[in-house]
Amino acid sequence: MSTKVYAGTEVTVNDEGFFADAGQWREEMAPEIAREAGLGTLTPRHWQVVTFMRHEYAEKGTGPSVRALSKTSGVSVKELYQLFPKGPAKLAAKIAGIPKPRGCI
Amino acid sequence: MAGGPAPADAVTVMQRVVILGGGTAGTLTANRLRRELGGRAAVTVVDRDGDHWYQPGLLFVPFGRARPAKLVRSRARQLRPGIGYHQSAAEHVDIAERRVHLENGAILPYDVLVIATGAALLPGETDGLAEAMARGKAFTFYEPGGAAALRDALAAFDGGRIAINVVDMPIKCPVAPIEFAFLADWYFRKRGIRDRVELTLVTPLDGAFTRPVASRELGGLLEDRHIGLITEFNTGEVDGDGGRLVSFDGREVGFDLAVVVPVHGGQAYVSRSPGLGDALGFVPTDERTLQSKASPDIFVIGDAADLRASKAGSVAHFEGEILVRNIRGFLAGDPLAGSYDGHANCFIESGSGKALLIDFNYDTEPLAGRFPGPVGLPLLTESRLNHLGKLAFQQFYWHMLLPGRDVPGLATAMPRAGKRFSAAADTQTVLTGSPRDE
Repeated sequence: MSTKVYAGTEVTVNDEGFFADAGQWREEMAPEIAREAGLGTLTPRHWQVVTFMRHEYAEKGTGPSVRALSKTSGVSVKELYQLFPKGPAKLAAKIAGIPKPRGCI
Repeated sequence: MAGGPAPADAVTVMQRVVILGGGTAGTLTANRLRRELGGRAAVTVVDRDGDHWYQPGLLFVPFGRARPAKLVRSRARQLRPGIGYHQSAAEHVDIAERRVHLENGAILPYDVLVIATGAALLPGETDGLAEAMARGKAFTFYEPGGAAALRDALAAFDGGRIAINVVDMPIKCPVAPIEFAFLADWYFRKRGIRDRVELTLVTPLDGAFTRPVASRELGGLLEDRHIGLITEFNTGEVDGDGGRLVSFDGREVGFDLAVVVPVHGGQAYVSRSPGLGDALGFVPTDERTLQSKASPDIFVIGDAADLRASKAGSVAHFEGEILVRNIRGFLAGDPLAGSYDGHANCFIESGSGKALLIDFNYDTEPLAGRFPGPVGLPLLTESRLNHLGKLAFQQFYWHMLLPGRDVPGLATAMPRAGKRFSAAADTQTVLTGSPRDE
């Protein structure tokens, strides 16, 4: 665990940069987290996914996998990869300030 | 609305338990219930076909080490006398009316419903995969026909690139693709052409396996055998004619023959039953009580559940005792006392007549040591003894696991004795865990 400062506020993150406490996240932090992860400006489409990730986390206690994310959000897997290259589930979770979606075993 | 258990004045009426699925989980549940409840409940098992496959055996079919005909038995004959068997696919579950509608038109009312219909293979979810399979460019050993077709394709293969590709998680038996790679290495060495065959495991995970200690150990074994490992590869397309796997982020892996584990989902009737399943057709389930989140009178066991436990027969076996205790509690109007800890174990065949054994649960990752206690089988290390254990497991499956017998020395909760906790990033458990099995 370590700390980071986003939008002027200190938050706790794990070794991979995921929020330890989703309650510390605020909307103003998302663009900074995105920039840090190498993403450009967040479009409304990005926001749709980020909002959805937080909703799923609040409901189920974990972020969805890419496939579940695509099926329930209506954004195709292809587009999810265009929006969040290299792993939409992980990257969107990071920007949404929720823990890394737990892997299936 | 499906409410609580039957009122006290209804105890003389026989309670109806309907079990959807006559595979590993459904069969062992039915047999346990029948043994424990006797004539106090009418237990009915429903399945769409009559063949019960010993699925762990499919891994050996492509290498000529198991014959499909030896792996299959009658579903109905694995059930104890007194258990009803109904052969039809399920159409949908009416949760509010507590009824299952079958495709043959029958309607089965229930007091308790058990969902044990496992996971379905969905090759159609991946662009090009169904076509590549139809044209003999890609194979899956996860079903009997595919395993037999792959045996013939491997026999005719005398050099080139074989990609072993897991399209997405979750899958049944998550170690099977790794075992396939080990056995393929051994198979081609015995044929004397290993130097002409390039083997690569292509996985969406960030390592060979999901849990760090086992992932390191298995990754090392792959390296020893010169088996390539490509990680975080999310397959978007299988191009059979072009001989390449294409990931969603544009990476490519070439192949001459692809061994693909298709996307898994729940069975179609789950998605046709409003409120029952999630987006992938798995049934949201309480990970401790095994009660569905859809309704208190619906319980879930095995691969059909959305649990973070492995989709594996051992999980269904360990869940069985908990599930039956909770169904009995529910029918009697008592609180659900049974709590599943996520216990799973599996033999990992590593070739040359050796195997590893791993044993873990929700909170403890697979560790080195011995199972089930300090003088047991070696954990997380190759041994001939584990291979013999894997072979013996087939008899154990038909004669102990399916009948739902308790096995002396093999407890439902994961044993802690014998495991080397110090080696792991599991310090929480070490510091706070109670040595209940020691």
